[in-house]
Amino acid sequence: MVEPATATQAAAPVMPQLKDELDIVIPTIRNLDFLEMWRPFFQPYHLIIVQDGDPSKTIKVPPGFDYELYNRNDINKILGPKASCISFKDSACRCFGYMVSKKKYIFTIDDDCFVAKDPSGKAVNALEQHIKNLLCPSTPFFFNTLYDPFREGADFVRGYPFSLREGVPTAVSHGLWLNIPDYDAPTQLVKPLERNTRFVDAVLTIPKGTLFPMCGMNLAFDRDLIGPAMYFGLMGDGQPIGRYDDMWAGWCIKVICDHLGLGVKTGLPYIYHSKASNPFVNLRKEYKGIFWQEEIIPFFQQAVLPKDCTTVQKCYVELAKQVKEKLSKVDPYFDKLADAMVTWNKAWDELNPPTAGSVPNGKPA
Amino acid sequence: MSLSIKDHEIDIVIGALRSDLTSFMSEWRPIFSRFHLIIVKDPDLKEELKIPEGFNLDVYKKPDIDCVVGTSTSTIFSGYSCRYFGYLVSRKKYIISVDDDCYPAKDNKGILVDAVAQHITNLTTPATPFFFNTLYDPFTEGADFVRGYPFSLRSGVQCALSCGLWLNLAHYDAPTQALKPEERNSRYVDAVLTVPARSLMPISGINIAFNQEVIGPALLPSLRLGGEGKFRWETMEDIWSGMCVKVACDHLGLGVKTGMPYVWRNDRGDAIASLRKEWEGVKLMEEVVPFFQSVRLPREATTTEDCVAEVANVVKEQLGSKDPIFARAAKAMVDWVMLWKSVGSSTSSPGA
Repeated sequence: MVEPATATQAAAPVMPQLKDELDIVIPTIRNLDFLEMWRPFFQPYHLIIVQDGDPSKTIKVPPGFDYELYNRNDINKILGPKASCISFKDSACRCFGYMVSKKKYIFTIDDDCFVAKDPSGKAVNALEQHIKNLLCPSTPFFFNTLYDPFREGADFVRGYPFSLREGVPTAVSHGLWLNIPDYDAPTQLVKPLERNTRFVDAVLTIPKGTLFPMCGMNLAFDRDLIGPAMYFGLMGDGQPIGRYDDMWAGWCIKVICDHLGLGVKTGLPYIYHSKASNPFVNLRKEYKGIFWQEEIIPFFQQAVLPKDCTTVQKCYVELAKQVKEKLSKVDPYFDKLADAMVTWNKAWDELNPPTAGSVPNGKPA
Repeated sequence: MSLSIKDHEIDIVIGALRSDLTSFMSEWRPIFSRFHLIIVKDPDLKEELKIPEGFNLDVYKKPDIDCVVGTSTSTIFSGYSCRYFGYLVSRKKYIISVDDDCYPAKDNKGILVDAVAQHITNLTTPATPFFFNTLYDPFTEGADFVRGYPFSLRSGVQCALSCGLWLNLAHYDAPTQALKPEERNSRYVDAVLTVPARSLMPISGINIAFNQEVIGPALLPSLRLGGEGKFRWETMEDIWSGMCVKVACDHLGLGVKTGMPYVWRNDRGDAIASLRKEWEGVKLMEEVVPFFQSVRLPREATTTEDCVAEVANVVKEQLGSKDPIFARAAKAMVDWVMLWKSVGSSTSSPGA
């Protein structure tokens, strides 16, 4: 039986790292009560709240946090017609927060995620672990059997070529969840009582050429390296599909990271996922995705980006082109999605114009 | 342990590089005593083996090896490679092998790890090499495939190889261990995962298990360092063999798992003294890894023997001229396949 941590104040770091370089993006449609539990870890950081659903509703932010909040009216005002690419009535809207942020790093978390406890009972500072993951290199070209070689107490094992030990920059840190696992609707229906109680004390790089199901519940990334590819797609209201937002972004970013030589890590940190969504509602949202993913996965596995795609934007626009060419036949939705990907890219560039002396996106400064 | 696997389907193969196996066997007794053991004595070891009573085992020494394969061939079984003779003569479906300086480990709860049971579980549940599951092994108790995992890939493929890990003395190379002489691996990671297809890794022979029927011939003694010694970090044979196995598995659609079980690896040897010998292996890996990453086997290679023969061919063509060690390795691989066919178990079936 796994429980969330309660004594989080004791675990707060004395010097919060990247305080002025990281934004925490939280999509919400209900309330932000969960922030109280995260206060010792989150309070030093700036929050970007993306309010989904009815914009006339007021979402109260607990006092003492530095934040900006955007509801649907704000999104429409800021993006104008391009707002069509931002989902409504789906947590996919969170990617608007990525776009408006002015920071290098993003950490995004769902409003039903609490602080987890490690096996010793200590509260897990998820943000601190994500920062560690992002600031340390990844090793996608050769699998290290002792997992992350840069962690305290670990290293590269015998046989690991020295020329590959420098690693590559980490673009994405994908965290996991104790308690309610991130299962799809059919699995939830078959195993309604299953809880993830296994704390796997590892961070590892997902090898190059391998895709994974990226979950947006507990995720951090480097905006400079991969931001423009973190589009969470068209979901929710008016769309034929839901609960594939983070999946879609995950497949896109992995293809692009593999192409640009960037790393994606998964594993620690854990958060405690408290709320199980309704599996019947989920089934209706996911239903089409379950069939479509059988076509989508081979598409991404076979996607090749041309050599002249040297920035994330170029990669992403090329990917959108290929989605339109190859997936539209699966369903006209993909035609719309491909257009939305291009719209997102344009909106990203408008809100994030290159500054003088900035390096091409996708390359570390 | 899977209820459907009978104890008599398993052989435990131990390469004896030390003569006194008393404490090794005693520590492993609770776990090993049910099974048949094959102990192969390093032909270079002069002292008599000391093995405690109460085990069901066969012991092979130099004269036995000479008898089976001939005196000229028996040289390939010296040092850590002596265990391959055990693989050759085993008639069991599953083989588990640990180094003779490893003992049972304890998990995070202080419970003794049954490495045999975990390896068998790994080998008898499917592997999932085509898409990464973020909750690691989906077939383990309390876990499953996560949202977004394609349903068509959920039945997985047969697992051919299970690579375990080590607490205490980690499997570092000599330079790393020399730089961090006090470092010991104390992190018990409660996971088994499938190594994705086309991802290579340095497979260690220290704690390993495999399905011999499916992948047997690919575990082979072939790359022998000029200064090969009697400490793991003075060899490369398992790393090379592991590359061959992974390439063959990827081609045949078989899986390789890594993670649990852990064994406890005793402190042994002086990393700094070994540094002199290790450099050859370290340098070679710079060639070996890109080479194996580029190997593509033809469609006609449908059995493990075919895969090994093809890899040997490519090694000879592409690496043979770079260093004679590779030319020798290629020949050794070809010889091994012939030896396997004449002495070893019946021909492996094509991958599932």
